[in-house]
Amino acid sequence: MIVLQVVSLALVASGAVAVVLVRDLARQALVNALYGLALAVLFLVLQAPDVALSEVVVGAIAVPLVLLAAIRRVGRRT
Amino acid sequence: MSYLPYAVAGWIFLVGLYGIVTSRNLIHLIVCVSVVQSSTYVLLLTIGYKEHGTAPIFKDLPLAESQRAVDPVVQALTLTDIVVGVTVLALLLALALDAHRATGTLDPDELRALKG
Amino acid sequence: MSARARLALFAAGGVGLAFLLAWGFSGLADFGHYPGPYGDVLNRVAVGQRHVTSVVAATVFDYRGFDTLGEEFILFASAAGVALLLREARQRDAVLRDPVADRTVRAVGLLLVGPAVLLGLYVVAFGYLTPGGGFQGGVLLAAGLVLVWAAGSYRAYSRVSPTTVVDLAEGLAAAAFPALGLALLASGGAFLENVLPLGTRGSLLSGGTIPLLNWTAAITVTAAVTLIVAEFLEELAVPLRRPTR
Repeated sequence: MIVLQVVSLALVASGAVAVVLVRDLARQALVNALYGLALAVLFLVLQAPDVALSEVVVGAIAVPLVLLAAIRRVGRRT
Repeated sequence: MSYLPYAVAGWIFLVGLYGIVTSRNLIHLIVCVSVVQSSTYVLLLTIGYKEHGTAPIFKDLPLAESQRAVDPVVQALTLTDIVVGVTVLALLLALALDAHRATGTLDPDELRALKG
Repeated sequence: MSARARLALFAAGGVGLAFLLAWGFSGLADFGHYPGPYGDVLNRVAVGQRHVTSVVAATVFDYRGFDTLGEEFILFASAAGVALLLREARQRDAVLRDPVADRTVRAVGLLLVGPAVLLGLYVVAFGYLTPGGGFQGGVLLAAGLVLVWAAGSYRAYSRVSPTTVVDLAEGLAAAAFPALGLALLASGGAFLENVLPLGTRGSLLSGGTIPLLNWTAAITVTAAVTLIVAEFLEELAVPLRRPTR
């Protein structure tokens, strides 16, 4: 396995832990967006450009938008 | 070493589950559900990968090298799943907002009892 | 059950699940040694059979079109669920006052709307030749429309995405997919069979029914995401009431 794949797998694994351990809601929305970008890099390294495009568009645009709108509605709490 | 990607997929699944179990806020819980979903995408794509493979797009790749391309079926399943996943996430968030509107709290422990 | 007991139960169950996963994964082929014949067969024949250069798009809209039909129904049901949950309990007279005051933000944002929509249309249009397609481009188009809200105000956004038009577009586009399949069934072929002329490989006019299904998927996804975002943004207009229980 090449180094790039190992590095992106490590990034994704640590990104998932980061998303779960963050307690502040707005911060978690942003960490989730970064996790989505790490996933997109992994998908690209696995030779899946369609899936990477899908993940970038969804994880960096649609999900933070909807999450932040919901968080604004209920107020920032843990 | 060749089972590392599958191990990472399983790790992400378990980490997401841990987040769901120990969550004290519905919106945090919903984001952890999406993390569990993402582990399935990683698993699907790693199953379809071929060593020294290339993407199954033949615009510039000559057709003679078609056997070098990775599996397109898992990519097709995953890309529709990702987009549909965001709408399901929105539905879950709408449910959480509704619960908040009715009871004023987002803590899953306090929302346990179904009243009347 | 207290949090500690729940965590202990999860630890026990998690260890069991980890063993089960490890046992299951050990039965898979090594990473990088894909064994199955289906993907290889598709790679070999799809371009010749359908004259499109993206085998992934051919799989999504033709070879596995039935699965995409199911996914579109999930999309439609989720959007309908969001609309149902959030529209019912809202006061009709709430007004969202949120015009963006900063001139730079307005200027840059409104300037970006055109390129964003154009990029979305490009990704949809060439989706069966290069990476892209109805699903990805649909979300991009919806994001381009949301830029109108981010750079302007909610009133401007609700003008470019009126509720009736969005609802109608989503319903019609989601119905067009199975309607096409049923029409093909009625005319004597198989459900979702590819019967239109195939065209030349690599040009936009290729693939038979694939461009049609591509565009209906794009309209469905755009309408669904626009509807969902509009519902969530309108929620911001309603003041927080005291809980009813």
